[in-house]
Amino acid sequence: MREFEYVQATDVSQAVAAVTGDPATSYLAGGTTQIDLMKDGVLGPDRLIDITRLPLRGITRSDGAIRIGALTTMEELAADLTIMERLPVVREALLLGASTQLRNMATIGGNLLQRTRCRYFRDITCACNKREPGSGCSALEGFHRMHAILGTSEHCIATHGSDLAVALVALDAIVHVRGLNGERAIPLTEFYVVPGDTPQVENVLAHGELITAVEVLLLPEDARSGYLKVRDRVSYEFALVSAAVALVMEDGVIREGRIGLGGVATLPWRAYRAEEVLRGRPAQTDTFQAAAEAALEGATPHRDNAFKVELAKRTVVRALSTTAGEDS
Amino acid sequence: MDAENSLGDTVRAAPELAVTLRVNGVHWELNLDARVTLLDALRERLGLTGTKKGCDQGACGACTVLVDGKRVLSCLMLTATCEGRDVLTIEGLSENETLHRVQEAFVRHDGFQCGFCTPGQIMSAVALLSEGRATSDEDIREFMSGNICRCGAYPNIVAAIRDAAGRGGDAGV
Repeated sequence: MREFEYVQATDVSQAVAAVTGDPATSYLAGGTTQIDLMKDGVLGPDRLIDITRLPLRGITRSDGAIRIGALTTMEELAADLTIMERLPVVREALLLGASTQLRNMATIGGNLLQRTRCRYFRDITCACNKREPGSGCSALEGFHRMHAILGTSEHCIATHGSDLAVALVALDAIVHVRGLNGERAIPLTEFYVVPGDTPQVENVLAHGELITAVEVLLLPEDARSGYLKVRDRVSYEFALVSAAVALVMEDGVIREGRIGLGGVATLPWRAYRAEEVLRGRPAQTDTFQAAAEAALEGATPHRDNAFKVELAKRTVVRALSTTAGEDS
Repeated sequence: MDAENSLGDTVRAAPELAVTLRVNGVHWELNLDARVTLLDALRERLGLTGTKKGCDQGACGACTVLVDGKRVLSCLMLTATCEGRDVLTIEGLSENETLHRVQEAFVRHDGFQCGFCTPGQIMSAVALLSEGRATSDEDIREFMSGNICRCGAYPNIVAAIRDAAGRGGDAGV
Protein backbone atom coordinates (compact mmCIF):
# COMPACT_ATOMS: atom_id res chain seq x y z
CA MET A 1 0.00 0.00 0.00
CA ARG A 2 1.22 3.47 -0.87
CA GLU A 3 2.13 5.65 2.06
CA PHE A 4 -0.47 8.22 3.11
CA GLU A 5 -1.24 10.68 5.84
CA TYR A 6 -4.18 9.91 8.12
CA VAL A 7 -6.34 12.69 9.53
CA GLN A 8 -9.36 12.29 11.77
CA ALA A 9 -11.97 14.88 10.87
CA THR A 10 -13.84 16.66 13.64
CA ASP A 11 -15.85 19.07 11.55
CA VAL A 12 -17.85 18.54 8.35
CA SER A 13 -16.91 21.86 6.71
CA GLN A 14 -13.22 21.39 7.40
CA ALA A 15 -13.31 17.87 6.02
CA VAL A 16 -15.05 19.06 2.85
CA ALA A 17 -12.52 21.88 2.45
CA ALA A 18 -9.58 19.53 2.95
CA VAL A 19 -10.72 17.03 0.30
CA THR A 20 -12.03 19.60 -2.18
CA GLY A 21 -8.75 21.49 -2.09
CA ASP A 22 -6.57 18.51 -2.98
CA PRO A 23 -7.20 15.93 -5.71
CA ALA A 24 -4.92 13.47 -3.88
CA THR A 25 -6.96 13.58 -0.66
CA SER A 26 -9.87 11.19 -0.14
CA TYR A 27 -12.52 10.54 2.46
CA LEU A 28 -12.40 7.37 4.54
CA ALA A 29 -15.66 6.01 5.94
CA GLY A 30 -16.25 2.28 6.48
CA GLY A 31 -13.20 1.53 4.36
CA THR A 32 -14.47 -1.77 3.01
CA THR A 33 -13.89 -0.66 -0.59
CA GLN A 34 -11.30 2.07 -0.01
CA ILE A 35 -8.76 0.04 2.02
CA ASP A 36 -9.22 -3.01 -0.20
CA LEU A 37 -8.46 -0.99 -3.35
CA MET A 38 -5.53 0.76 -1.67
CA LYS A 39 -4.01 -2.64 -0.86
CA ASP A 40 -4.43 -3.63 -4.51
CA GLY A 41 -2.77 -0.41 -5.66
CA VAL A 42 -5.89 0.70 -7.52
CA LEU A 43 -6.24 3.71 -5.23
CA GLY A 44 -3.30 5.57 -3.76
CA PRO A 45 -4.28 8.79 -2.03
CA ASP A 46 -1.67 11.03 -0.36
CA ARG A 47 -4.04 11.72 2.49
CA LEU A 48 -7.12 10.09 4.01
CA ILE A 49 -9.65 12.15 5.93
CA ASP A 50 -11.42 9.78 8.33
CA ILE A 51 -14.99 11.06 8.56
CA THR A 52 -16.41 8.25 10.70
CA ARG A 53 -16.63 10.41 13.84
CA LEU A 54 -18.56 13.23 12.20
CA PRO A 55 -22.18 13.68 13.34
CA LEU A 56 -23.68 12.22 10.15
CA ARG A 57 -25.04 9.06 11.68
CA GLY A 58 -28.54 7.97 12.59
CA ILE A 59 -32.00 7.69 11.14
CA THR A 60 -34.81 10.20 11.60
CA ARG A 61 -38.39 9.83 10.49
CA SER A 62 -40.50 12.81 9.54
CA ASP A 63 -43.87 12.99 7.87
CA GLY A 64 -43.85 10.41 5.14
CA ALA A 65 -40.09 10.23 4.78
CA ILE A 66 -37.02 8.79 6.40
CA ARG A 67 -33.66 10.55 6.51
CA ILE A 68 -30.60 8.35 6.80
CA GLY A 69 -27.34 9.90 7.95
CA ALA A 70 -24.60 9.00 5.48
CA LEU A 71 -22.45 7.33 8.15
CA THR A 72 -25.22 5.03 9.34
CA THR A 73 -24.00 1.48 8.83
CA MET A 74 -25.80 -1.08 6.68
CA GLU A 75 -26.59 -3.16 9.79
CA GLU A 76 -28.01 -0.15 11.61
CA LEU A 77 -30.28 0.70 8.70
CA ALA A 78 -31.45 -2.89 8.28
CA ALA A 79 -32.46 -2.94 11.96
CA ASP A 80 -34.53 0.25 11.75
CA LEU A 81 -38.21 -0.29 12.57
CA THR A 82 -39.57 2.04 9.89
CA ILE A 83 -37.46 0.30 7.28
CA MET A 84 -38.73 -3.08 8.47
CA GLU A 85 -42.37 -2.05 8.39
CA ARG A 86 -42.63 0.34 5.48
CA LEU A 87 -39.67 -0.33 3.19
CA PRO A 88 -39.00 -4.08 3.28
CA VAL A 89 -37.30 -3.85 -0.12
CA VAL A 90 -34.55 -1.78 1.50
CA ARG A 91 -34.08 -4.17 4.41
CA GLU A 92 -33.96 -7.20 2.11
CA ALA A 93 -31.47 -5.53 -0.23
CA LEU A 94 -29.25 -4.66 2.73
CA LEU A 95 -29.31 -8.10 4.34
CA LEU A 96 -28.69 -9.90 1.05
CA GLY A 97 -25.52 -7.87 0.55
CA ALA A 98 -22.03 -8.63 1.91
CA SER A 99 -21.69 -10.27 5.36
CA THR A 100 -22.58 -9.09 8.86
CA GLN A 101 -18.95 -8.11 9.47
CA LEU A 102 -18.88 -5.93 6.36
CA ARG A 103 -22.34 -4.51 7.06
CA ASN A 104 -21.16 -3.44 10.52
CA MET A 105 -18.39 -1.43 8.87
CA ALA A 106 -19.85 -0.21 5.57
CA THR A 107 -21.80 3.05 5.61
CA ILE A 108 -24.81 4.03 3.51
CA GLY A 109 -22.93 6.86 1.79
CA GLY A 110 -20.03 4.56 1.05
CA ASN A 111 -22.33 1.83 -0.20
CA LEU A 112 -23.70 4.19 -2.86
CA LEU A 113 -20.15 5.10 -3.87
CA GLN A 114 -18.68 1.59 -3.85
CA ARG A 115 -16.54 0.75 -6.85
CA THR A 116 -17.20 -2.01 -9.32
CA ARG A 117 -16.18 -5.60 -8.63
CA CYS A 118 -14.91 -5.98 -12.23
CA ARG A 119 -11.74 -8.04 -11.80
CA TYR A 120 -9.93 -6.03 -14.48
CA PHE A 121 -10.61 -2.77 -12.64
CA ARG A 122 -9.11 -4.38 -9.52
CA ASP A 123 -6.05 -5.82 -11.26
CA ILE A 124 -3.57 -3.06 -12.06
CA THR A 125 -1.78 -5.24 -14.62
CA CYS A 126 -4.88 -5.19 -16.86
CA ALA A 127 -6.23 -2.55 -19.20
CA CYS A 128 -9.18 -0.69 -17.71
CA ASN A 129 -10.68 2.54 -18.95
CA LYS A 130 -12.29 3.18 -15.59
CA ARG A 131 -9.02 2.94 -13.69
CA GLU A 132 -6.79 4.35 -16.41
CA PRO A 133 -8.75 6.25 -19.07
CA GLY A 134 -7.74 5.34 -22.61
CA SER A 135 -5.98 2.08 -21.66
CA GLY A 136 -8.74 -0.13 -23.07
CA CYS A 137 -11.20 -2.61 -21.57
CA SER A 138 -9.95 -6.11 -20.77
CA ALA A 139 -13.48 -7.27 -19.93
CA LEU A 140 -14.83 -6.89 -23.48
CA GLU A 141 -12.85 -9.88 -24.72
CA GLY A 142 -12.02 -11.33 -21.32
CA PHE A 143 -13.99 -13.05 -18.60
CA HIS A 144 -17.26 -11.13 -18.53
CA ARG A 145 -19.88 -13.57 -17.37
CA MET A 146 -20.73 -11.25 -14.44
CA HIS A 147 -20.74 -8.06 -16.53
CA ALA A 148 -23.40 -5.62 -17.64
CA ILE A 149 -25.95 -5.89 -20.43
CA LEU A 150 -27.63 -2.51 -19.89
CA GLY A 151 -26.07 0.95 -19.96
CA THR A 152 -22.83 -0.38 -21.44
CA SER A 153 -20.46 1.27 -23.87
CA GLU A 154 -17.58 0.07 -26.02
CA HIS A 155 -15.31 1.40 -23.28
CA CYS A 156 -16.77 -0.27 -20.19
CA ILE A 157 -19.18 -3.07 -19.25
CA ALA A 158 -18.53 -3.17 -15.49
CA THR A 159 -21.55 -3.53 -13.22
CA HIS A 160 -22.32 -1.48 -10.15
CA GLY A 161 -22.21 -3.84 -7.17
CA SER A 162 -24.64 -2.26 -4.72
CA ASP A 163 -27.89 -4.00 -3.81
CA LEU A 164 -29.04 -1.13 -1.62
CA ALA A 165 -28.71 1.39 -4.45
CA VAL A 166 -30.99 -0.73 -6.63
CA ALA A 167 -33.72 -0.54 -4.00
CA LEU A 168 -33.13 3.16 -3.40
CA VAL A 169 -33.15 4.03 -7.07
CA ALA A 170 -36.53 2.30 -7.39
CA LEU A 171 -37.80 4.35 -4.44
CA ASP A 172 -36.68 7.71 -5.88
CA ALA A 173 -34.31 8.36 -2.98
CA ILE A 174 -32.69 11.78 -2.68
CA VAL A 175 -28.98 12.16 -1.96
CA HIS A 176 -28.02 15.16 0.16
CA VAL A 177 -24.55 16.44 -0.56
CA ARG A 178 -22.31 19.03 1.06
CA GLY A 179 -19.75 20.93 -0.97
CA LEU A 180 -17.63 24.02 -0.50
CA ASN A 181 -20.54 26.17 -1.69
CA GLY A 182 -23.17 24.63 0.54
CA GLU A 183 -25.64 21.82 0.14
CA ARG A 184 -27.52 20.33 -2.77
CA ALA A 185 -30.01 17.53 -3.18
CA ILE A 186 -29.67 15.05 -6.07
CA PRO A 187 -32.28 12.44 -7.01
CA LEU A 188 -30.52 9.07 -6.95
CA THR A 189 -31.99 8.40 -10.40
CA GLU A 190 -29.83 11.31 -11.64
CA PHE A 191 -26.84 10.58 -9.40
CA TYR A 192 -25.11 7.87 -11.42
CA VAL A 193 -23.95 8.26 -15.01
CA VAL A 194 -23.50 5.60 -17.68
CA PRO A 195 -19.87 5.02 -18.71
CA GLY A 196 -20.10 6.28 -22.30
CA ASP A 197 -16.59 7.28 -23.33
CA THR A 198 -15.66 8.42 -19.80
CA PRO A 199 -16.05 5.30 -17.61
CA GLN A 200 -13.86 6.91 -14.94
CA VAL A 201 -16.79 9.25 -14.19
CA GLU A 202 -19.36 7.26 -12.23
CA ASN A 203 -21.57 9.91 -10.71
CA VAL A 204 -22.31 13.64 -10.72
CA LEU A 205 -20.33 14.47 -7.57
CA ALA A 206 -17.44 16.88 -7.86
CA HIS A 207 -14.24 15.90 -6.04
CA GLY A 208 -14.74 16.76 -2.37
CA GLU A 209 -18.52 16.80 -2.38
CA LEU A 210 -19.62 14.73 0.60
CA ILE A 211 -22.82 12.72 0.92
CA THR A 212 -24.36 13.78 4.23
CA ALA A 213 -27.70 11.97 4.11
CA VAL A 214 -30.06 9.93 1.98
CA GLU A 215 -33.76 10.67 2.10
CA VAL A 216 -36.42 8.14 1.14
CA LEU A 217 -40.13 8.80 0.82
CA LEU A 218 -42.14 6.06 2.50
CA LEU A 219 -44.33 3.96 0.26
CA PRO A 220 -48.10 4.17 0.84
CA GLU A 221 -49.15 1.97 3.75
CA ASP A 222 -50.83 -0.55 1.48
CA ALA A 223 -47.83 -0.85 -0.85
CA ARG A 224 -45.84 -4.05 -1.10
CA SER A 225 -42.16 -4.27 -1.89
CA GLY A 226 -39.40 -6.83 -2.08
CA TYR A 227 -35.92 -7.61 -3.34
CA LEU A 228 -34.97 -10.75 -5.25
CA LYS A 229 -31.29 -11.52 -5.71
CA VAL A 230 -30.10 -14.31 -7.99
CA ARG A 231 -26.49 -15.40 -7.62
CA ASP A 232 -24.03 -18.26 -7.95
CA ARG A 233 -24.09 -18.95 -4.21
CA VAL A 234 -26.99 -18.75 -1.77
CA SER A 235 -25.26 -16.15 0.38
CA TYR A 236 -22.30 -13.76 0.46
CA GLU A 237 -22.01 -13.20 -3.28
CA PHE A 238 -22.69 -10.41 -5.73
CA ALA A 239 -25.79 -10.57 -7.90
CA LEU A 240 -25.93 -12.10 -11.33
CA VAL A 241 -29.29 -10.39 -11.50
CA SER A 242 -31.42 -8.71 -8.87
CA ALA A 243 -34.73 -6.91 -8.88
CA ALA A 244 -36.15 -4.40 -6.41
CA VAL A 245 -39.88 -4.02 -6.86
CA ALA A 246 -42.66 -2.05 -5.22
CA LEU A 247 -46.34 -2.27 -6.03
CA VAL A 248 -49.40 -0.25 -5.09
CA MET A 249 -52.51 -2.23 -6.05
CA GLU A 250 -56.25 -1.70 -5.90
CA ASP A 251 -58.66 -4.58 -6.44
CA GLY A 252 -56.00 -6.59 -8.19
CA VAL A 253 -55.04 -3.76 -10.53
CA ILE A 254 -51.62 -2.12 -10.34
CA ARG A 255 -51.91 1.59 -9.61
CA GLU A 256 -48.19 2.10 -9.49
CA GLY A 257 -45.16 -0.16 -9.90
CA ARG A 258 -41.48 0.44 -9.37
CA ILE A 259 -38.68 -1.72 -10.71
CA GLY A 260 -34.95 -1.42 -10.08
CA LEU A 261 -32.44 -3.86 -11.58
CA GLY A 262 -29.06 -4.89 -10.19
CA GLY A 263 -26.21 -7.02 -11.49
CA VAL A 264 -27.11 -6.30 -15.09
CA ALA A 265 -26.26 -2.66 -15.59
CA THR A 266 -23.38 -0.24 -15.34
CA LEU A 267 -25.38 1.63 -12.73
CA PRO A 268 -28.29 0.84 -10.39
CA TRP A 269 -30.92 0.58 -13.13
CA ARG A 270 -34.43 1.96 -13.06
CA ALA A 271 -36.76 0.20 -15.49
CA TYR A 272 -39.12 3.06 -16.32
CA ARG A 273 -40.58 1.49 -19.44
CA ALA A 274 -41.46 -1.64 -17.53
CA GLU A 275 -43.17 0.47 -14.90
CA GLU A 276 -45.33 2.08 -17.58
CA VAL A 277 -46.36 -1.37 -18.73
CA LEU A 278 -47.51 -2.24 -15.20
CA ARG A 279 -49.63 0.85 -14.65
CA GLY A 280 -53.38 0.19 -14.77
CA ARG A 281 -53.02 -3.48 -15.66
CA PRO A 282 -54.09 -6.50 -13.60
CA ALA A 283 -51.45 -7.94 -11.28
CA GLN A 284 -51.03 -11.23 -13.10
CA THR A 285 -48.38 -13.21 -14.92
CA ASP A 286 -48.90 -11.86 -18.46
CA THR A 287 -48.60 -8.31 -17.15
CA PHE A 288 -45.39 -9.19 -15.36
CA GLN A 289 -44.01 -10.89 -18.47
CA ALA A 290 -44.77 -7.84 -20.59
CA ALA A 291 -43.02 -5.65 -18.02
CA ALA A 292 -40.00 -7.96 -18.03
CA GLU A 293 -39.77 -7.75 -21.84
CA ALA A 294 -39.86 -3.96 -21.63
CA ALA A 295 -37.24 -3.92 -18.87
CA LEU A 296 -34.69 -5.79 -20.97
CA GLU A 297 -35.42 -4.06 -24.27
CA GLY A 298 -32.20 -2.79 -25.80
CA ALA A 299 -29.96 -5.11 -23.76
CA THR A 300 -26.45 -5.49 -25.19
CA PRO A 301 -25.10 -8.87 -24.08
CA HIS A 302 -21.57 -10.05 -24.82
CA ARG A 303 -20.13 -13.51 -25.49
CA ASP A 304 -20.44 -14.94 -21.96
CA ASN A 305 -23.28 -13.00 -20.38
CA ALA A 306 -26.14 -13.43 -22.86
CA PHE A 307 -27.81 -15.72 -20.30
CA LYS A 308 -28.46 -12.65 -18.19
CA VAL A 309 -31.14 -11.37 -20.57
CA GLU A 310 -33.45 -14.31 -19.96
CA LEU A 311 -32.41 -14.62 -16.32
CA ALA A 312 -33.23 -10.96 -15.73
CA LYS A 313 -36.66 -11.32 -17.33
CA ARG A 314 -37.48 -14.30 -15.15
CA THR A 315 -36.15 -12.48 -12.09
CA VAL A 316 -38.44 -9.53 -12.80
CA VAL A 317 -41.46 -11.81 -13.25
CA ARG A 318 -40.66 -13.76 -10.07
CA ALA A 319 -40.06 -10.61 -8.01
CA LEU A 320 -43.31 -9.03 -9.20
CA SER A 321 -45.44 -12.11 -8.71
CA THR A 322 -44.00 -12.86 -5.26
CA THR A 323 -44.49 -9.27 -4.17
CA ALA A 324 -48.01 -9.03 -5.62
CA GLY A 325 -49.17 -12.44 -4.55
CA GLU A 326 -48.56 -12.45 -0.85
CA ASP A 327 -52.27 -12.28 0.01
CA SER A 328 -53.85 -13.74 -3.10
CA MET B 1 11.57 13.32 4.04
CA ASP B 2 11.75 10.98 1.07
CA ALA B 3 14.87 8.92 0.79
CA GLU B 4 16.36 9.63 -2.61
CA ASN B 5 17.20 6.29 -4.05
CA SER B 6 15.88 3.85 -6.57
CA LEU B 7 13.83 1.84 -4.08
CA GLY B 8 11.41 4.72 -3.69
CA ASP B 9 8.46 4.23 -1.38
CA THR B 10 9.69 1.06 0.25
CA VAL B 11 12.52 2.70 2.15
CA ARG B 12 10.70 5.82 3.23
CA ALA B 13 10.66 6.57 6.93
CA ALA B 14 6.88 6.54 7.28
CA PRO B 15 5.36 9.10 9.64
CA GLU B 16 4.23 7.39 12.82
CA LEU B 17 0.88 7.87 14.38
CA ALA B 18 -0.09 7.52 18.04
CA VAL B 19 -3.12 5.33 18.68
CA THR B 20 -4.58 4.26 22.01
CA LEU B 21 -7.01 1.39 22.22
CA ARG B 22 -8.09 -1.47 24.46
CA VAL B 23 -7.54 -5.03 23.43
CA ASN B 24 -9.08 -7.79 25.54
CA GLY B 25 -9.36 -5.31 28.38
CA VAL B 26 -5.74 -4.19 28.20
CA HIS B 27 -4.92 -0.57 27.42
CA TRP B 28 -2.34 -0.04 24.65
CA GLU B 29 -0.56 3.01 23.33
CA LEU B 30 0.90 2.30 19.93
CA ASN B 31 2.99 4.27 17.50
CA LEU B 32 2.51 2.99 14.02
CA ASP B 33 2.44 3.71 10.31
CA ALA B 34 -1.03 4.87 9.21
CA ARG B 35 -1.15 1.89 6.81
CA VAL B 36 -1.12 -0.74 9.56
CA THR B 37 -4.42 -2.59 9.70
CA LEU B 38 -5.92 -3.70 12.99
CA LEU B 39 -5.15 -7.27 11.93
CA ASP B 40 -1.44 -6.55 11.50
CA ALA B 41 -1.29 -4.52 14.71
CA LEU B 42 -2.82 -7.40 16.66
CA ARG B 43 -0.55 -10.02 15.16
CA GLU B 44 2.73 -8.20 14.62
CA ARG B 45 2.71 -5.57 17.37
CA LEU B 46 0.76 -7.19 20.19
CA GLY B 47 1.70 -10.81 19.49
CA LEU B 48 -1.97 -11.81 19.37
CA THR B 49 -1.67 -14.30 16.55
CA GLY B 50 -4.98 -16.02 17.26
CA THR B 51 -6.63 -13.69 14.76
CA LYS B 52 -5.72 -15.10 11.35
CA LYS B 53 -4.73 -13.48 8.09
CA GLY B 54 -6.54 -15.44 5.42
CA CYS B 55 -7.28 -13.51 2.25
CA ASP B 56 -6.36 -10.07 3.64
CA GLN B 57 -8.98 -8.54 1.35
CA GLY B 58 -12.22 -8.83 3.26
CA ALA B 59 -13.48 -12.00 1.63
CA CYS B 60 -12.85 -14.89 4.05
CA GLY B 61 -13.70 -13.77 7.60
CA ALA B 62 -10.64 -15.38 9.23
CA CYS B 63 -9.67 -11.99 10.72
CA THR B 64 -13.04 -11.38 12.41
CA VAL B 65 -12.80 -9.59 15.77
CA LEU B 66 -15.28 -7.57 17.80
CA VAL B 67 -14.85 -3.80 17.97
CA ASP B 68 -17.08 -2.13 20.55
CA GLY B 69 -19.05 -5.38 20.62
CA LYS B 70 -19.66 -5.64 16.89
CA ARG B 71 -18.02 -8.13 14.56
CA VAL B 72 -15.83 -6.57 11.90
CA LEU B 73 -13.05 -7.58 9.52
CA SER B 74 -9.76 -6.45 11.04
CA CYS B 75 -7.94 -6.75 7.69
CA LEU B 76 -9.97 -3.87 6.21
CA MET B 77 -9.79 -1.67 9.29
CA LEU B 78 -6.94 0.75 9.84
CA THR B 79 -5.65 0.68 13.40
CA ALA B 80 -5.76 4.47 13.34
CA THR B 81 -9.55 4.36 13.09
CA CYS B 82 -9.68 2.30 16.31
CA GLU B 83 -8.60 5.19 18.54
CA GLY B 84 -10.41 4.77 21.87
CA ARG B 85 -12.16 1.58 20.75
CA ASP B 86 -12.53 -1.68 22.61
CA VAL B 87 -11.29 -4.71 20.69
CA LEU B 88 -12.04 -8.32 21.59
CA THR B 89 -10.06 -11.15 19.98
CA ILE B 90 -10.14 -14.92 20.39
CA GLU B 91 -7.47 -14.60 23.11
CA GLY B 92 -9.84 -12.54 25.23
CA LEU B 93 -12.78 -14.88 25.06
CA SER B 94 -12.02 -17.42 27.76
CA GLU B 95 -11.92 -16.55 31.43
CA ASN B 96 -8.70 -17.93 32.83
CA GLU B 97 -8.88 -21.64 32.01
CA THR B 98 -12.61 -21.66 31.33
CA LEU B 99 -13.52 -21.64 27.67
CA HIS B 100 -16.33 -19.46 26.36
CA ARG B 101 -19.41 -21.61 25.71
CA VAL B 102 -19.01 -21.10 21.95
CA GLN B 103 -15.45 -22.39 22.18
CA GLU B 104 -16.67 -25.35 24.21
CA ALA B 105 -19.36 -26.09 21.66
CA PHE B 106 -16.83 -26.04 18.82
CA VAL B 107 -14.72 -28.57 20.70
CA ARG B 108 -17.75 -30.73 21.51
CA HIS B 109 -18.99 -30.79 17.92
CA ASP B 110 -15.59 -30.91 16.25
CA GLY B 111 -16.41 -27.64 14.47
CA PHE B 112 -13.14 -27.49 12.55
CA GLN B 113 -10.62 -29.47 10.63
CA CYS B 114 -7.39 -27.55 10.00
CA GLY B 115 -8.43 -24.84 12.45
CA PHE B 116 -7.23 -21.82 10.48
CA CYS B 117 -10.66 -20.23 10.09
CA THR B 118 -11.75 -21.24 13.61
CA PRO B 119 -10.89 -18.06 15.57
CA GLY B 120 -12.84 -16.03 13.01
CA GLN B 121 -15.71 -18.53 13.05
CA ILE B 122 -15.88 -18.42 16.84
CA MET B 123 -15.71 -14.61 17.09
CA SER B 124 -18.40 -14.36 14.43
CA ALA B 125 -20.55 -16.93 16.24
CA VAL B 126 -20.18 -15.10 19.56
CA ALA B 127 -21.47 -11.94 17.85
CA LEU B 128 -24.21 -13.89 16.11
CA LEU B 129 -25.53 -15.02 19.50
CA SER B 130 -25.60 -11.49 20.88
CA GLU B 131 -27.34 -10.31 17.70
CA GLY B 132 -30.05 -12.87 18.51
CA ARG B 133 -29.80 -14.42 15.06
CA ALA B 134 -29.03 -18.04 15.89
CA THR B 135 -32.71 -18.92 15.78
CA SER B 136 -32.63 -21.61 13.07
CA ASP B 137 -30.04 -23.57 11.13
CA GLU B 138 -30.99 -21.57 8.06
CA ASP B 139 -30.35 -18.26 9.84
CA ILE B 140 -27.11 -19.56 11.35
CA ARG B 141 -25.88 -20.46 7.87
CA GLU B 142 -27.01 -17.14 6.40
CA PHE B 143 -25.53 -14.94 9.11
CA MET B 144 -22.29 -16.95 9.27
CA SER B 145 -21.80 -16.79 5.50
CA GLY B 146 -19.01 -14.23 5.84
CA ASN B 147 -16.80 -16.88 7.41
CA ILE B 148 -15.41 -19.32 4.89
CA CYS B 149 -14.16 -22.78 5.89
CA ARG B 150 -12.16 -24.37 3.08
CA CYS B 151 -12.12 -27.71 4.88
CA GLY B 152 -15.90 -27.66 4.70
CA ALA B 153 -16.59 -28.19 8.39
CA TYR B 154 -19.85 -26.28 8.03
CA PRO B 155 -22.24 -28.97 9.34
CA ASN B 156 -20.30 -29.23 12.60
CA ILE B 157 -19.90 -25.45 12.85
CA VAL B 158 -23.68 -25.04 12.51
CA ALA B 159 -24.23 -27.80 15.09
CA ALA B 160 -21.82 -26.12 17.52
CA ILE B 161 -23.55 -22.75 17.18
CA ARG B 162 -27.00 -24.31 17.51
CA ASP B 163 -25.80 -26.01 20.68
CA ALA B 164 -24.22 -22.85 22.11
CA ALA B 165 -27.39 -20.90 21.36
CA GLY B 166 -29.44 -23.39 23.33
CA ARG B 167 -27.29 -23.23 26.44
CA GLY B 168 -27.64 -20.39 28.89
CA GLY B 169 -30.29 -17.71 28.52
CA ASP B 170 -27.97 -14.76 28.12
CA ALA B 171 -26.50 -14.70 24.65
CA GLY B 172 -24.09 -11.92 25.60
CA VAL B 173 -20.35 -12.04 25.07
